[in-house]
Amino acid sequence: MSAPSTGPAPGPGPGPATVPTPVRMPRSAFERSFFGRLLRNPVGFLGFVLAVFVILAAALGPLLSPHDPLAQSIRERFQGPSAAHWLGTDNFGRDTLARILHGYRTSIGVSLGAVGIATMVGAVLGLLAAFFGGWIDRIIMRLMDVLLAFPIILLAIAVLAVLGPGSFNTGLAIGIVYTPIFARLARAPALTVLNWDYVSAARALGSSPARILARHVTPNVLAPIMVQVTLSLSTAILVEASLSFLGLGTQPPTPSLGLMLSESRNTMLLSPWVSVFSGLAILLASLGFNLFGDGLRDLLDPTLRDA
Amino acid sequence: MAQYVVRRVLDLLFVLFGVSLLIFLMVRFIPGDAVAIMLGANTDITPDRVENLRRQLGLHLPIHEQYWQWLSGVLRGDLGNSIWTGRPVTQEIGARLPVTLEITGLSLLFAVVAAVPLGVLAARARGTWGDLVVRVMAIAGLTLPSFWVGVLLLYFFSIYLPTWPAIGYVPFTQDPLGNLARLALPVVAVSLPMVAGLTRILRSSLLEVLNSDFVRTARSKGASERAVLYKHAMRNAMIPVITVIGVQVGYLLSGVVVIEQVFAIPGVGRLIIGAINERNYPLVQGVVLIVTAVFVVVNMLVDLAYAWIDPRVEYA
Repeated sequence: MSAPSTGPAPGPGPGPATVPTPVRMPRSAFERSFFGRLLRNPVGFLGFVLAVFVILAAALGPLLSPHDPLAQSIRERFQGPSAAHWLGTDNFGRDTLARILHGYRTSIGVSLGAVGIATMVGAVLGLLAAFFGGWIDRIIMRLMDVLLAFPIILLAIAVLAVLGPGSFNTGLAIGIVYTPIFARLARAPALTVLNWDYVSAARALGSSPARILARHVTPNVLAPIMVQVTLSLSTAILVEASLSFLGLGTQPPTPSLGLMLSESRNTMLLSPWVSVFSGLAILLASLGFNLFGDGLRDLLDPTLRDA
Repeated sequence: MAQYVVRRVLDLLFVLFGVSLLIFLMVRFIPGDAVAIMLGANTDITPDRVENLRRQLGLHLPIHEQYWQWLSGVLRGDLGNSIWTGRPVTQEIGARLPVTLEITGLSLLFAVVAAVPLGVLAARARGTWGDLVVRVMAIAGLTLPSFWVGVLLLYFFSIYLPTWPAIGYVPFTQDPLGNLARLALPVVAVSLPMVAGLTRILRSSLLEVLNSDFVRTARSKGASERAVLYKHAMRNAMIPVITVIGVQVGYLLSGVVVIEQVFAIPGVGRLIIGAINERNYPLVQGVVLIVTAVFVVVNMLVDLAYAWIDPRVEYA
């Protein structure tokens, strides 16, 4: 893993290396729209589909779920994939698909909450630092430097050691860990925008700091933040799964992907299916947001956009 | 350069000061009476023991004096004693840290050794199926949960290679081969995402460099493709790779903390999880402090090395 922006290449995106055609037909309105451009980036589109799929699974999981994720059935335990249990059953005979759908609910819920906290708190801190400058800027950004100094997992573990385990605290811990990323991300472009003429004009007209930040600065820093939100979701899913795997995150019997993987290790030699599918579920969710974030960056970066 | 080094060292000291303050305050943030929680699992709690521990942790002093006492202890290499074993925290960590650092170092080595040929292959074979395979693997590998890979490796080795010593740890000095054999699986599991990340960056930076003017000049003066690649292009293409290595060391360290749990390796990861479960806060504080300090120093060294390698880095 790399920096909470899962360190994708700072070069050309993952688009196919085609030779540009000499004559280009003018793009239709649909082709120039957001989705039209997304469709022409197959990898980003795949990420978008995966991310939507995972979010739907998290939101509708309990409705789609073929079985009760907590219902035990000793006679049906350790089954492989079958028509009745698409992804098999675990050591208590619980349906793996049902548990994964409910696990997505926890994983995605915690990750969305964590990145939401980090975005709100981080962006506000970054904007305030840029706007006021001076000692306010220095104090905020120094605090952010200190938070960034910790290895990610270790800081999350330390926060959970204080707060105690559980889904809510895990979200809070990951949120604290990711806050400095958003503070830095919001501050840098805000500093540039605050120097532009129209912002000076707004100031001269007597706009309040809150209005300047909300109306004039925020729209200009939104694109990189949206990209970072998507990429951070990708790593937050992995961090949440790691923490649950370590026993510090979501507590049983609530289904959680990291916890499922951890519990299934003990009975793996009898049936590896729960381990295989719960890990695959983590990978797909994280991969989806990562690819989508990459595609989003290509789309939102005007320097890469074709007319 | 000298000025840059001094500035970086001052930054580092400031960050470490902030880190120490946060770690010190950590125990004070625990909701409720920390001492009662720490002793919670014990059956023979007497008011005497509570008072003793309170004094041992310095909790009877005003908070700034507590911090001063704790910090001066840390600077003298005294991180307090483990609540359960009574052994000095530094001793407990000293026994575990080399294990974690060994896995991290081996993983870094493995990632670079695997990523360089893959990146070169993908860049040279641009547009072919070989390039496509490497690129797809590099994208998918980036988000591979290393603990999952570890669990699967453990499963396959216990079924198909049951004689392989897949679990546990032997010190290198005791049994070098046994040490490397036991660390092979965790190292592969932890470094795969980094292999993917480095391959991807090397490919794109190599492609960019191979399109630049000086490479065209080298080709036109008749240099062999090999010489162009290794003498001219590679050195420039490695610069972004080195930056990413610096960033990723932290992720590697995080991965190692988790993978130790999978392979029952006695490193700091297992130490801190155990310490949290038994509410051994001095030990938790000590691990977080030491590992973060190591991490911060390594990051600074990478930055300095980077400035030294690439003359274009500004020391501003």
